[in-house]
Amino acid sequence: MAASANGLGDAPRSYATRPHIFLLDRSFAIAVNAAAGIFVVLVLGLFAMLVHGSWESLHAFGLRFLVSSTWNPVTSTFGALPFVYGTVVSSLIALLIAGILGVLAAAYLAEFAPRFIAAPLSFLIEMLAAVPSVVFGLWGLFVLAPFLRTYVAPPLQAHLGWLPIFAGPYYGVGLFTAGILLAIMIFPTVAAITRDLIRAVPSEMREGSYALGATRWETVRRVVLPAAGSGIFGACVLALGRALGETIAVTMVIGNRAVIAASLFAPSYTLSSVVANEFTEATTSVYLSALVELGLILFLISVVVNGLARLLIWKPQLLANGSRVLTWTLRRRAGA
Amino acid sequence: MPILRSRFMLGAVALAGTTFAGPALAATQLTGAGSTFVYPFFSKAFYAYSDSHKDIAVNYQSIGSGGGIQQFIAKTVDFGASDVPMDKNELQRAGAPVVQVPVALGGEAITYNLPTAIPGGLRLSRQVLADIYLGKIGRWNDPQLAKLNPGVSLPDVPIIVVHRSDGSGTTYIFTDFLSSASNEWKQKVGIGKSVQWPAQSSVGGKGNEGVAGSVRQTPGAIGYVELAYVIENKLPAAQLENRAGRWVSCTAATVAAAAATKPNISATDFSIVDRDGGSAYPIAGYTWAMIYQQPQDKSRGKMVKDVLGWIVGEDAQRIAGSLNYVPLPSNVQGTARKAIAQIQA
Repeated sequence: MAASANGLGDAPRSYATRPHIFLLDRSFAIAVNAAAGIFVVLVLGLFAMLVHGSWESLHAFGLRFLVSSTWNPVTSTFGALPFVYGTVVSSLIALLIAGILGVLAAAYLAEFAPRFIAAPLSFLIEMLAAVPSVVFGLWGLFVLAPFLRTYVAPPLQAHLGWLPIFAGPYYGVGLFTAGILLAIMIFPTVAAITRDLIRAVPSEMREGSYALGATRWETVRRVVLPAAGSGIFGACVLALGRALGETIAVTMVIGNRAVIAASLFAPSYTLSSVVANEFTEATTSVYLSALVELGLILFLISVVVNGLARLLIWKPQLLANGSRVLTWTLRRRAGA
Repeated sequence: MPILRSRFMLGAVALAGTTFAGPALAATQLTGAGSTFVYPFFSKAFYAYSDSHKDIAVNYQSIGSGGGIQQFIAKTVDFGASDVPMDKNELQRAGAPVVQVPVALGGEAITYNLPTAIPGGLRLSRQVLADIYLGKIGRWNDPQLAKLNPGVSLPDVPIIVVHRSDGSGTTYIFTDFLSSASNEWKQKVGIGKSVQWPAQSSVGGKGNEGVAGSVRQTPGAIGYVELAYVIENKLPAAQLENRAGRWVSCTAATVAAAAATKPNISATDFSIVDRDGGSAYPIAGYTWAMIYQQPQDKSRGKMVKDVLGWIVGEDAQRIAGSLNYVPLPSNVQGTARKAIAQIQA
């Protein structure tokens, strides 16, 4: 099995009669391996560069960097906690809204909408995904923020103001606005992928469900969506990835204030925004290093989110096995 | 086909022509990088310069002052430009003597969003403005504001303080002013291109447009933006009480008056905020160009020296004025020329 080393399985017998094919096969194998390898090198290189760039800050602040809320370039005291909080919370708000709306819209497009509505509507949703984020940012600052401040926030404050998340004054820009703007930006990702996933669910499953007397609503809820479930989860993670890294649009509407407040109406700040805001004018080396470390944290958050998601989508049995092994071990220990 | 061929021939001749004429006609490309504030002025001025000096083209990249200094130290550009001159640390990293030249002057206006227009503009004393940014004065109907603005009905709404979120020379000049006006600011916050803003109800906007946009859309907001931005967007601007106790609006004349009170600026003593002159407007500052005193390439160095000499002169400063920068007062032009004379090229 010498030929399996090239990753193409058993050597076809025709190599003997067509030697040039052997050469082509080999070159092709090398090309695909190299193409895949480049990305491994790139990701590792990126990680190494981020660690190297943030070395001074890692050295100066250590773990304090992660738990400190002070970001003061004048005294060169840096902490990342408010930015981590702002990044995660704004993205989760976006995911919550876009996840629900996206799945509902996809179910409508795939299951309910007549063709003459579904086609243009799908096109519009995909168009939304192609709008540059700076355009979303400008729209967010000049249209969405005043709209939310005038029409959405006052009733929320009047009726739900007792909830800490809707307490305090609202300036139009802040975590709330950023979350909603991000939701609009990642909605097309969730909707478009989910629509395709729902369409891919075999029609036999629907027919079976109808045959058992289920209504349309029951079929979608109990049969179609669960069948597409892990894929929908994957779509949400892709969308979350975009939300976590989104920079310019968020910078324009989040208020850029490094505080952790319970209220969603309060201004906040994200990791990518502070890098975009302060990188060009950061002159001292520890300041630059702290900004690079923020990039490193964002990189790690993305890796963890994506890693967890992949694990959940493609290896549900792995997790199940893992938990079974864990319970088995625990039980044995308890018994022993 | 014959037509095609003749065109091809023409093309070939033209190509050959350029090749031969090349060395004589090709303009030398000088490159600079740095301050975004000075970019509109530089791009128009360098364009005008190339019009009269066909052999020189200046390519300026507005990557931000910090980036400009980095590029300058790395010697990847012929000159850098920064809203704050290079400090001791940066000069040390440069490794060789650096000449820093003031090239442009600008002022910063305080704009606000109040329901009724105030003729002549809202009046703010130095202390009150500092207290607003410190978060100590939190509502528009505060008695201290009412006392400064008799006859103006100020609403009972919170003051929302807007500042630049991006690191900026504009913020440096503004915090320099606040530090001069208020000891408390100096001790609690300090001076910087990015600072930790103390007021509870403060939000950051990206760039002048971000600050202006937030102020325009948030009732009760106050913010600082470049003079040109206020003029071009017809935003309301406050009158400030200067150190001499006079009420001054932010105009080209009052900013120039502030600059004229201190002609002998240098890279180590460059602040012109909070000046004690009759009509001096208190929030103003320069953009600086940097070049090595002994340029490695003498001929390029000579060209940069000539370009800078032209930039600080009347013709270029008139262009600056047309773009709502403040032309350098003539005594400051003299200081700039003296600095340029130190370049050994």
